[in-house]
Amino acid sequence: MNAATGSGAPATSPAILSPRTPGVRLKVEQASYAYAATDRSAPKFTLGPTSFEANQREMVAILGPNASGKSTLLTLLAGMARPLSGRIEVDGVEVSMLDLRTRAQRIALVQQESELLFPLRVWEYVLQGRYPYGKRLRFESEEDCLLAGNALAQVGADALRDRWMDQLSGGEKQRVILARALAQQPSLLLLDEPTQHLDIGGKVELLRRLRRLADDSRYTVLVVTHELNLAAEFSDRIVLLHKGKCLRVGTPAEVYDRALLEEVFEAPLDVEMRESGRPRVILGGNH
Amino acid sequence: MRPLTPRRVAWICAGLGVVLFAAAVISLRMGAYPISVVDIVKTLFSGAVGHWEGIPSEYRSIVFNIRLPRILLGILVGASLSTAGAGFQALLRNPLADPYVLGVSSGAALGAIISLIVAPHTPGAIQLAAFAGAAATTAAVYFLGRRGGQLDSATLLLAGIVAASFLSAIIMFLMTTLSGRDLRGMAFWLMGDLGSTLPTNPLPWFEGLFAVFVLAAGAIYATSSDLNLILTGEQEARHLGVNVHRVKLVVYIAASVLTGLAVSVSGTIGYVGLLVPHVMRMMFGTDYRLLIPTSAIGGAILVVLADTLARSVVSPTELPVGAMTALAGAPVFIYLMRRRVR
Repeated sequence: MNAATGSGAPATSPAILSPRTPGVRLKVEQASYAYAATDRSAPKFTLGPTSFEANQREMVAILGPNASGKSTLLTLLAGMARPLSGRIEVDGVEVSMLDLRTRAQRIALVQQESELLFPLRVWEYVLQGRYPYGKRLRFESEEDCLLAGNALAQVGADALRDRWMDQLSGGEKQRVILARALAQQPSLLLLDEPTQHLDIGGKVELLRRLRRLADDSRYTVLVVTHELNLAAEFSDRIVLLHKGKCLRVGTPAEVYDRALLEEVFEAPLDVEMRESGRPRVILGGNH
Repeated sequence: MRPLTPRRVAWICAGLGVVLFAAAVISLRMGAYPISVVDIVKTLFSGAVGHWEGIPSEYRSIVFNIRLPRILLGILVGASLSTAGAGFQALLRNPLADPYVLGVSSGAALGAIISLIVAPHTPGAIQLAAFAGAAATTAAVYFLGRRGGQLDSATLLLAGIVAASFLSAIIMFLMTTLSGRDLRGMAFWLMGDLGSTLPTNPLPWFEGLFAVFVLAAGAIYATSSDLNLILTGEQEARHLGVNVHRVKLVVYIAASVLTGLAVSVSGTIGYVGLLVPHVMRMMFGTDYRLLIPTSAIGGAILVVLADTLARSVVSPTELPVGAMTALAGAPVFIYLMRRRVR
């Protein structure tokens, strides 16, 4: 499962989307963030200095309870805010220095879809992912359509292309939103709680898909999630946040320490190590 | 997957252009002096090529000096209001946004009236003042329509309705206390009218107004790819590389210019900016790259036809054109609201 150290690059067929820049990696160096409600009030730290790296083909899970700084970290990674200190680089370029379009060509953020004001077909929605690659007023080219079609195929949503967005189930919608992100041809895929509205089957299917995207198509995938076991099963690296601090970064086995998890999630937990070398978290005996 | 192409936009606009031409010919035919459709088309053609042989001079005078300027005014006003309406709907992410409903038209009317009181003979002052009134009202309604830092759809519409009635009250107050000055009738400013006095030589006047229209509508059209994304969510649009602040500023200024332009020459004609973009969405889809030009032509068709009806149903008396658009617009809009907009 862990392909971070894999050396033999599988040949990507032209029909499959993959990041345009090979050798991508994300570098977060002592990045912190604070905001002040007003100009005169003291700034409130929502994220203390955080450092980690992510290579291509890696999947990183950002874990932590509510208000632990996960959203702040994601905002910084997406380049929507500038870190107060430290730096965040994608492909060796500081994210906050990139212009909007270049950034959208390198980083795609998958969030819960906002309510559509007017109905839209699935293919129209996915084609929006091609926006960063044209002039301000643009009409889609044949290549755009091909890439959007490939993105839909890559998430197994080919059959949905002519459906209306508001008639999709939660799982189908999640796949289409992911397809739009893939149509951006980013190096870095950021996902904000993508499993939130999915049943267990949908959650596993989505994470398998993300794993395949990292393994086969060389994406670097970062997922913010509350799913401890799914994160342990599918990620190469875990970033554990608590009350705005980065507590630990490492492989699931390194981070899933019983005492640490109990302290962070304020619940009695047990950690089992499975034969695969990946930990599993279960509720502790004294609940 | 059949994405929109410039060719498809051009064909649909050409089709609507033919409908607009037909509406204009129907409108040219209506009036006390009877001229046949064939003669109207011949006269128009002669005017276009500049050869007047075989065309009676009264035809030339009636078509080009009396009836056509009013139709051109209808085209300008209808196209401006519809484009502004489509722009406001995207800017405020509210399908019910319209210059009239939001009170922006009333703000423009108040600005225009004040300029007529303060500087009645300054050329262009009325348009500038109407733009300032429209822009100020849009900004006020925008800020009044926010709750907890977010634009709230229902609060925004309520703010618009309150602004419209407040501004209308001031307009009525000014009209009553300042009667005797040449401020046109109250019906003009409150219901809209295309029958007001056009300048004796309207051509240069129209050139200026159409140039402003082309600039403002062109500015909104240039943002139409961005608006498509903003309609699916501002945050998502930002992630996809849209400079949301710049786009909103452009649309805000351009939609206010268009509203000010329309109101300064025709008063407050309602429902055009609401009705036309909705009908065009139902016919051609929600893509702004097609919606902006089709709304502009559709608005022109609506106002030309509404004005033709307004001056013919109770002939020789004329109804204000705003009364016609409201009579047609309000029930059709309720019908649209009850149907699923697709």
